[in-house]
Amino acid sequence: MNFVNLFNALPGAMAQGLIWGIMAIGVFITYKVLDVADLTVDGSITTGGATCIILMVNGCNVWLAMLGAIIAGLLAGLITGILHTLMGIPALLAGILTQLSLYSINLRIMSGKANQAISVDKYDLLVSLRRIPNAILIGALFTVVIIALLYWFFGTSLGCAIRSTGANPNMSRAQGINTDLTKVLGLMLSNGLVALSGALLAQYQGFADVNMGRGAIVIGLAAVIVGDVIFGKIFRNFALKLLSVGFGAIIYYAVIQVVLWLGLNANDLKLLSAVVVAIFLAIPYWKGKYFNKAAKKEGK
Amino acid sequence: MLELKNIQKTFNAGTINEKKAINGLNLTLENGDFVTVIGGNGAGKSTILNLIAGVFPVDQGTIHLNGFNLTGLPEHKRAKYLGRVFQDPMMGTAATMGIEENLALAYRRGKTRGLGSGITAAEREIYREKLATLGLGLEERMTSKVGLLSGGQRQALTLLMATLQKPDLLLLDEHTAALDPKTADKVLQLTEEIVARDGLTTLMVTHNMKHAIQYGNRLIMMDAGRVVVDIRGEEKKNLSVRDLLEKFNIENDRMLLSE
Repeated sequence: MNFVNLFNALPGAMAQGLIWGIMAIGVFITYKVLDVADLTVDGSITTGGATCIILMVNGCNVWLAMLGAIIAGLLAGLITGILHTLMGIPALLAGILTQLSLYSINLRIMSGKANQAISVDKYDLLVSLRRIPNAILIGALFTVVIIALLYWFFGTSLGCAIRSTGANPNMSRAQGINTDLTKVLGLMLSNGLVALSGALLAQYQGFADVNMGRGAIVIGLAAVIVGDVIFGKIFRNFALKLLSVGFGAIIYYAVIQVVLWLGLNANDLKLLSAVVVAIFLAIPYWKGKYFNKAAKKEGK
Repeated sequence: MLELKNIQKTFNAGTINEKKAINGLNLTLENGDFVTVIGGNGAGKSTILNLIAGVFPVDQGTIHLNGFNLTGLPEHKRAKYLGRVFQDPMMGTAATMGIEENLALAYRRGKTRGLGSGITAAEREIYREKLATLGLGLEERMTSKVGLLSGGQRQALTLLMATLQKPDLLLLDEHTAALDPKTADKVLQLTEEIVARDGLTTLMVTHNMKHAIQYGNRLIMMDAGRVVVDIRGEEKKNLSVRDLLEKFNIENDRMLLSE
C-alpha cells in the first residue's frame, strides 16, 4: 500500500475522466433528455477514435481529424435514428444493430487492423498521457465549451422540442413536433459527442483499438448516475446537470484508480463497473418500494 | 368546417380480436359549433378524435378541415390546425419541464422550430396574463415543473396550451373524466369561457350526460362506430337527461351512473 503510487495515478485518472466525461454527456443526452438507452456508443466511440487516428496518420491536421471523427459519430447516430424511426425497430435493438455493424466498419476504417498506433513524437496530438497536465487542461476546456454550447442549444426552440420529445412524445406530436426528426437529431448529437470523446481518447492513449469502446455505455451510465446521485440535489440548472455528468466520470475514474491500487485485478474492472451501475440503478427502485415512509405509516 | 365522410376504421383486422371501431361515419361540423359526443364504451368516440388528430390513419374515408384535406397528413402536421386535450392529465403536458416551457412549446405549434430562443421575455408576459385568466395562481409559479401540479391544474394548463394558438378545431377527449366533480366543473367552465371567447369549433367527448346536455349547441350520440343521434338548436337547449334515456333507450351503466 503505497500512497505515493495512488497520488501519482490520480492526475491520469482525472484526464481520462474528463475525456470519458464528454462521452458521458453524450449518453446523458440520449438516456436522460431523450429517454432512450442508446447502445450505439460502444461502437461510435471507437469509430471516432479510429477515424481521427487514421486521418492523422494520413497527414490530416488534428482539428480536421477530430471534425472528421464528429461527422462519423453523427452518421452513426443517424443510422440508429433511421433504424428506430423509419424502420420501427425498438431503440435498444436499433442501437445494438448499429453497434455491431460499426465493429466491421471500424475495422474497415483501420484498413483491417485491430489496432492503429500514433506516436506523440511524430504527430501533433492535442492530448497525450505523456503530457497529463496539458491533457487535463484541454479536457476541461472541451468540457466547458461543450456544456456551454449544449446549454444554448437546449434553450432554443429546436432544443426544447428535443427535450419535450423525451418528456412526453404524445404531447409533443400534439404540439406539432415531428418526434421522429427530434429523436434522430438527439441520437446524432449524442453520438457526435461520443465520437469526439473517442477521438480525444485515442490520442490520449496513443492508439485506436477496435475494442476500445467495449462497455462504454456502462461507463457513460455510471458517470450520469454517479453525477446525479452526488450532485442531483444541488445542481438543478441544466448546465450544472451536464457538469455533474463530467464530475461523475472523473469520480468514476478516481474510484477505479483506488480499487486498482487496492489490488483489484484489472481484468475484473468491467465486472465491477457493471455491478456498481446495477446497484446505483436499483437504489431509486428500492427506495420507492421499501423505504416509502408514508406507505409504511398507512399499512399496519 | 369539419367534414368527415364515410370513415371506416377496424383494429386488428383479420385477427380473432378484430374490432370495427368506426363504421361508415359521416359528420359535418359548422364553424363555431360546440358539439358534445356521448356513447357507450367502444362506441368509437375517442377513436374518431384520434382519427381526426392522426394518431392512427383511417382505413377509408376522408377528413377535411376548412376545405383542406387532412386525411393523409401525419399527426405532427395536423397539429397546426388542432388543439387537443386528453383524458389523462399526464398526457397533455411535459412533466419534467416548467409551466412556461410547456406554454412556449404550445406557442410554437404550427411554426418552424429553429435555433431561435425557446422562450422570450415578451412571450413570458403573454403567458403570465393568460395563466392569470385561469384563476389558479399559476402565473406566480411559471418556472415550476408541471409534474408538481395537480390533475385539475394540468388539465387547465393543457386547455390553455391547446388554445394558445387559436386552433381551427378543438378536440376534447373526456378531458374532465379523471378529475373530481368540483375540479371537473371548474375545468368545464374554463372550457366554455375559452370556446365562447375565441369562437372555437369544438368536439367534446364525455361520459357524463349532464355535461353533454349542459354544454355546447349540438349533441351527438355514437353507437357501434356511427352517429345514431344528432340533436341541435332549440331541441338541444330543451333536452333533459330523462329525455335522452327514454328516447334512446340507453343501457350503459357508466352513463346512467353519471346522471
